[in-house]
Amino acid sequence: MAQIVPLAEAVRLAVHDGDAVAMEGFTHLIPFAAGHEVIRQGRRDLTLIRMTPDLIYDQLIGAGCARKLVFSWGGNPGVGSLHRFRDAVEHGWPVPLELEEHSHAGMANRYVAGASGLPFAVLRGYAGTGLAAAGSPSIRPITCPFTGETLSAVAALRPDVAIIHAQRADRAGNVQLWGIIGVQKEAVLSSERSVVTVEEIVDVLDPRPDAVVLPAWTVSYVAQVPDGAHPSYALGYSSRDNDYYAKWDAISRDREAFLEWLEDVR
Amino acid sequence: MSDCDYTADEMMAVSAARALHDQMTCFVGIGLPSTAANLARATHAPGLVLIYESGTIGAKPGSLPLSIGDGILAVTADAVVSVPEIFNYWLQPGRIDVGFLGAAQVDKFGNINTTVIGGDYGKPKVRLPGAGGAPEIAASCREVIVIVRQSNRSFVERVDFVTSVGYGSGPGDRERLGLTGAGPQKIITDLGVMTPDPATLEFTLTGVYPGTDIAAVRERTGWDLAVAPDLEIITPPSAIELAALRELQSRGGGSQSRSDG
Repeated sequence: MAQIVPLAEAVRLAVHDGDAVAMEGFTHLIPFAAGHEVIRQGRRDLTLIRMTPDLIYDQLIGAGCARKLVFSWGGNPGVGSLHRFRDAVEHGWPVPLELEEHSHAGMANRYVAGASGLPFAVLRGYAGTGLAAAGSPSIRPITCPFTGETLSAVAALRPDVAIIHAQRADRAGNVQLWGIIGVQKEAVLSSERSVVTVEEIVDVLDPRPDAVVLPAWTVSYVAQVPDGAHPSYALGYSSRDNDYYAKWDAISRDREAFLEWLEDVR
Repeated sequence: MSDCDYTADEMMAVSAARALHDQMTCFVGIGLPSTAANLARATHAPGLVLIYESGTIGAKPGSLPLSIGDGILAVTADAVVSVPEIFNYWLQPGRIDVGFLGAAQVDKFGNINTTVIGGDYGKPKVRLPGAGGAPEIAASCREVIVIVRQSNRSFVERVDFVTSVGYGSGPGDRERLGLTGAGPQKIITDLGVMTPDPATLEFTLTGVYPGTDIAAVRERTGWDLAVAPDLEIITPPSAIELAALRELQSRGGGSQSRSDG
């Protein structure tokens, strides 16, 4: 059953050195405040899992929190590269970064398998691509037992902890999110533990027909963090700070500028 | 700038928009594809259905989004679905007419690289963002259109890494790999348009913009580019197309600077 705690306590209880951590939110509802708390607490050797690493993992990678990245698209949307990610892959700075690389369809299906309690998911994908040829241990061809068609199997994701941001929770810890819902439900249900930051905690969650609801018994910790997705956004509460995404490019490009940014977070 | 002056990028966006028709369903990448698709919707194809991989189906943004998940896409969409659903229920079965993709590198068989350039996979010279939704868009949409600015670094004999399959190594490869869509039908650049030769599936120059020097196109292509005997001179942007494009860009958070899957 969900406990409502301050963010620092939620991260201290849920995220440990060496954990596999999935911070999800597809452009919308990215849990930036929680990511910054992981940096402040100095977690190390994390396996970071996320479809679109975005600025949040550029920051965690630059801060030296990660040993491995499991992902499908590592750019600054509409702007360009994630330079801390590139520096880690191209030059091993500040520490080398192991990659496990997929397509979006593959990553989404890996979460579905994890949430479903299955060892793998199947999709029509990867055929002829370098991603399959690179011999990833989490992509294998599989023959359909009914038609004989060759498809791809992808291994389930089972993170130690999922971290997401949502619009609201009630005092019992039931969570409600809406708008672009990404893979957050699947990330939480595939993980051993979860942390959900929310814009507000309310007495009663008014039903919304288009919302995803995570019942309190599926969530470990809830923390109230208004604007906790900035520079991403929470539909109905804030807008995406596109200027921040553009400005990050210059900070991310330069190790010194990044280290100054990091001092401010710490 | 008067109404009849236009840049190479504007000609490219207009040319790409013209490739989309009313009532088509289009899976849109961010950057140049999104600009062109929104231009088509603002001009000759008001019923064009825009689908973004963030799960927004039938998005009708009034300005260009910067990312595939801007709020304007969700609040104007006919439906918003989860990311597993957009790929599994909507893309994979072949429901979508056209996939519209950018590229860092494209080769003579229309294979796309957005993963690594130079070195090897484990130690690349340049690490690019990666696949995103592109491999399955390239595999499963009924057809694919690629839009990319032309240089001999981006147009290569063979891509350094096959992120998304075009025609593989030539005729028969898509069938052998079980790819259900027809593959790339056009590569639209800032110099002209290439289409696959029906016999060899090698991309051939079939259209150029007014004033384009064919020798310059060949110079900026990393394979021995064939030129169609009935080379089309593509109509320049109309005043209406240019006005609509500039209106979209003036209201946009949108970027012309890059593209991705």
